Parts: sequence; structure tokens; C-alpha cells
Amino acid sequence: MHTMKQFGLILALAGGTGLAVAGDHVYSISDPTYQAECASCHIAYPPWLLPVRSWRTLLSGLNKHFGTDASLDPQTAARVTAYLEQNAGRDRTGSSTPVLRITETRWFVHEHDEVPARTWNNPKVKSAANCTACHVDGDKGNYSERGIRLPK
Amino acid sequence: MRTVTLVQSIVTALVVALAFAARAETPADFLRSFEVAARQEQAGFTGFSAARGAAFFTSTHGRAWSCAACHTRNPAAEGRHAKTDKPIAPLAPAANAERFARTDKVEKWFRRNCNDVLGRACTPAEKGDVLTYLMSVR
Repeated sequence: MHTMKQFGLILALAGGTGLAVAGDHVYSISDPTYQAECASCHIAYPPWLLPVRSWRTLLSGLNKHFGTDASLDPQTAARVTAYLEQNAGRDRTGSSTPVLRITETRWFVHEHDEVPARTWNNPKVKSAANCTACHVDGDKGNYSERGIRLPK
Repeated sequence: MRTVTLVQSIVTALVVALAFAARAETPADFLRSFEVAARQEQAGFTGFSAARGAAFFTSTHGRAWSCAACHTRNPAAEGRHAKTDKPIAPLAPAANAERFARTDKVEKWFRRNCNDVLGRACTPAEKGDVLTYLMSVR
């Protein structure tokens, strides 16, 4: 009972600050501007999956964002940049140039090394940016093992 | 004294309600502002056309994507992002009341999507044709 209460408190704290709960891969990404502006074309990716310099580079080039124009007005761009910088992850890339794709971070490659090539090539997945193809509640921040359904 | 306060409250409430109503726009409001701009830009402007808008919507304009590439050929249906496959809510106002209701959103998406589809900004005449088409979809 006591443990459950503590766990609940940790969840509540994590939800409030938008931080990850270590180990269970369930996140809360609560910033309304980030959600509204960045989750139209793809889900709101957890900000801590890229370091500050990656977000800065991405946000300064939104008019050419992986082949599409994702430009924002300057005020909104500044707000989103501030949120992403405040919640960015540590720079563990060891790369001289900023990594711009979460899927190219060592963390992502390691976490997904058991995913077979046929899953990546499945037309229902289409792109590695399409987290919800397998993490069915990924748009709600749920990346737990139990929340994974590989498409047939 | 009490009556005065009540009247004051009602007046205040009405003013606030009107201010909010003025902020929300309708597809017809956008059509009117596109028409004003089109007349200024184009001397021989004779009005918008749903048929021209439909042709514009499904054309790739000599590049990779059309509007329909993501929004499908039926704007009343759910679309999917050409790259990420994320669902896109219907674009036709009849199917989705949130469409063409806010200036900031309309400007943002025309800016981005015209750039992606045409590699340039859309003219007011093109926007008006497309909106006329979208409003004709039931």
C-alpha cells in the first residue's frame, strides 16, 4: 500500500513537471503550445529525447523541416523553443554536428534493436517517425512495453 | 441600486460575449477577405469558382504533392500526412466546424501547405477558389 502511494506521488510529480518516470516509459508532455503547434503532422515527441543544440537547430529551420514547411510565427517559435530547451535531454550523441532525428540517436537505435526489418518496412509503419504505428498510445506519452502492438 | 448593478452586469456580459463572437470567424468571412484581396490584385477578377478550386486541389502543379495527397480527394473525409501517416481531421467546413474559424490557423496552414505543394505562396484568387470548393462539399 505504502509503495503504491509513493508510486502515485512520483507519477503525479512527474506529470506536473513533464518529466519521465524512470523505467516505465510513460511520459506526460503537457505544454499546450508545443502540443498545438508540433503535434499536427506528427505526435509531440518527448523533448528529452534530443539535446538543446538539436532543438535549436530544428527550430531555427522550420521552413525546411524534413522536406515540409513547418514554419511558425516568431512569437510562437520562441515559446516552443523555450519549452524544448528547458526540457531537452543531455547531449550524449558525441557528434560534432547536432543530431536532428530522434531515430538517429544512440538511445533510439539501442531501444529498437530488436525490431525486425519487416516491421520497419511495413506500409502501416511507413516512417520511423510514426511512433503510434507500434506504440499505440504514444501520442498520450505511453511507450511502455505493454503498450506495443507490432502491426501485422 | 440593485437594478442598476444587474443591468450593468448584463451589459458587461453582452460586451464580453460580442468580443468573443468577433474573434471567431466563419468560412464566409474568409471568402470575403480573399475576394477583397483578389479584386485589388487582379483587375479582371470575376469571382471564385468551385470547379477551379477542385481542379487546383487535386493537381500536383508539376511537383510531388497535391492538396489531396494528404487531405484525400474527399475533403469531408479524414486525411493522412503524406510523410508521417498521422490522421488529419476533415478539411471541409461541413464536416469539421473548426476549419476556417481562426485567422492565425488559416494563415499558418495556407503559408505552409502552398509552399509544400506549389513552392510559393497561393494568390488570394487561388485561396478563394479552394475555399469555395471546400464550402461546396457536403
